[in-house]
Amino acid sequence: MIGCRDATKQLTSMGVADARAGLAAGQFTSVDLTQAFLQRIERVDGSLHAFLRTTPTTALAAAAEADRARADGDNRPLLGVPLAIKDVLMTKGIETTAGSRILEGFVPPYSATAVEKLEAAGAILLGKTNTDEFAMGSSTENSGYGPTRNPWDLERVPGGSSGGSAAAVAADEAPAALGTDTGGSVRQPAALCGVVGLKPSYGRVSRYGLIAYGSSLDQIGPITKTVADAALLLEVMAGADQRDSTTMPVDVPNFSAALNRDIAGLRVGIPHEYFVEGIQAEVEESVRSAIEQLADLGAEIVPIHLPNTELALPVYYLVVTAEASANLARFDGIRYGLSVDGETIFDHFRQTRGAGFGPEVKRRIMLGTYALSAGFYDAYYLKAQQVRTLIKQDFDSAFAEVDVIVSPTSPTTAFRIGEKVDDPLAMILTDIFTTSANLAGLCGISIPCGFDAGGLPIGLQLLGPSLGEEKILQAAYAYEQSTEWRLRRPEL
Amino acid sequence: MKLTRDEVRHVAELAKLQLSDAELDEYAGQLGQILTYAQQVQSVDTSAVPPTPHILPLSNVLADDMSQTCLSAAQAVDNAPDADEGYFRVIAVFDDNGA
Repeated sequence: MIGCRDATKQLTSMGVADARAGLAAGQFTSVDLTQAFLQRIERVDGSLHAFLRTTPTTALAAAAEADRARADGDNRPLLGVPLAIKDVLMTKGIETTAGSRILEGFVPPYSATAVEKLEAAGAILLGKTNTDEFAMGSSTENSGYGPTRNPWDLERVPGGSSGGSAAAVAADEAPAALGTDTGGSVRQPAALCGVVGLKPSYGRVSRYGLIAYGSSLDQIGPITKTVADAALLLEVMAGADQRDSTTMPVDVPNFSAALNRDIAGLRVGIPHEYFVEGIQAEVEESVRSAIEQLADLGAEIVPIHLPNTELALPVYYLVVTAEASANLARFDGIRYGLSVDGETIFDHFRQTRGAGFGPEVKRRIMLGTYALSAGFYDAYYLKAQQVRTLIKQDFDSAFAEVDVIVSPTSPTTAFRIGEKVDDPLAMILTDIFTTSANLAGLCGISIPCGFDAGGLPIGLQLLGPSLGEEKILQAAYAYEQSTEWRLRRPEL
Repeated sequence: MKLTRDEVRHVAELAKLQLSDAELDEYAGQLGQILTYAQQVQSVDTSAVPPTPHILPLSNVLADDMSQTCLSAAQAVDNAPDADEGYFRVIAVFDDNGA
């Protein structure tokens, strides 16, 4: 009987594919499923704070509608499947804050294209997940509404900036969730929470309705329990969009069909520069074992070089803060959000922005403004864009020789809440393996590949060239199916 | 590298951010530290390297010229702190001297 805790637990342990199959077979209804996830959130989110808000009334109404549609023969791919959405994505009629006090109470008049496509495929929105303010951070501690906790250890961060989405999926509060990845913000929290996180190639998924942070780097991606679920959600979300001129005008492959391809002969590159000092020993051991596992499955392991690796983080921080300083100019207290009165219009801007933005957002706006300001533009911003070219060329050369590149996702497992808050540079260094993919427009996925001695999950990163999602999904799926990491769940 | 309080104040003014004295001091140290780290890029010879502002193989992307539904004026100002008959109301931008 639904309502009994065991039955609820069984329903909430499901990912997207399981939920879809159960719904199609009539084993349970979308109302049962949605109710189970809402109850689970009710029970565990007080200690996690993965959600900023839930939408039970509209979710249950949409679920009932999905059940009626199914009875009438509707068979859309996500019909009746609940999902959670990171709060930097606009959801029509549902408050959207980007984790910032400056947008408190903002109710968007339209939804992001990615959200619209998921809903058009039948998905049910459970609520909005916590994030570092404007997606600026690697721990979700920069949220204006308090941090999210890691389901594997409540004293630790879930990673970030999509920490709410990753924690929600790991804690069985949602079958899957959307995140966004500007420098690793889907992959790193997925790694730290022991779930799957896919960053599509730049241009694969429309950014329309994504509250912009770094426009040349931002991508929306799924956070899921399995590789197959990531492939399925990408299939639904991907594609050219007239409302985002930076989407690639290419057909969307059937990503799910790529999963079962044999990886014998697949060329897997191991970048020498990614296995240097500073990596937690257990992370390196797990990643090395995963590489051996890929070799056992028939992949050809190829040592490669990415000589400009050390420059990726400094380039990333100059490019992303410059873009952020321009993007966040729109928060002026006139069209939406917080408004603090001032004597003059400029005083009004200063007071509103000074009161509404948190410390990390101010720091990044200042850094970007500095890098773009007269006298420093050539030395910082232009220079960073030139070095970005060299980083991209490294990957172009590497992908001429290999199909995918494998590395750790994060140099360490989840760190303690508060551990790096006062040291912005230490926090930045957690993104060391992830930012290059955004600078070069690559696709990447993080999948579970082990646990450290403290029982914290470790993530394996697979990178592919622009529009190379099929190969990374294929390799990730082969590895996932040959291991049992995905079966271990946190106790809550 | 450490920025002076005046340099931080200048950047804050460009970014239209009201900062307290404590914030000015804190950012002077932190921005200096991050900029020192970022200066690594300056050691690279890029004399023959073009910049990459974005990675797309696209330029001059055009949309079909078709009429589409869009937000009404009322919807567009619905979130505005101060709106009047479909307009955003703001403090006067120019002073009496026209400056």
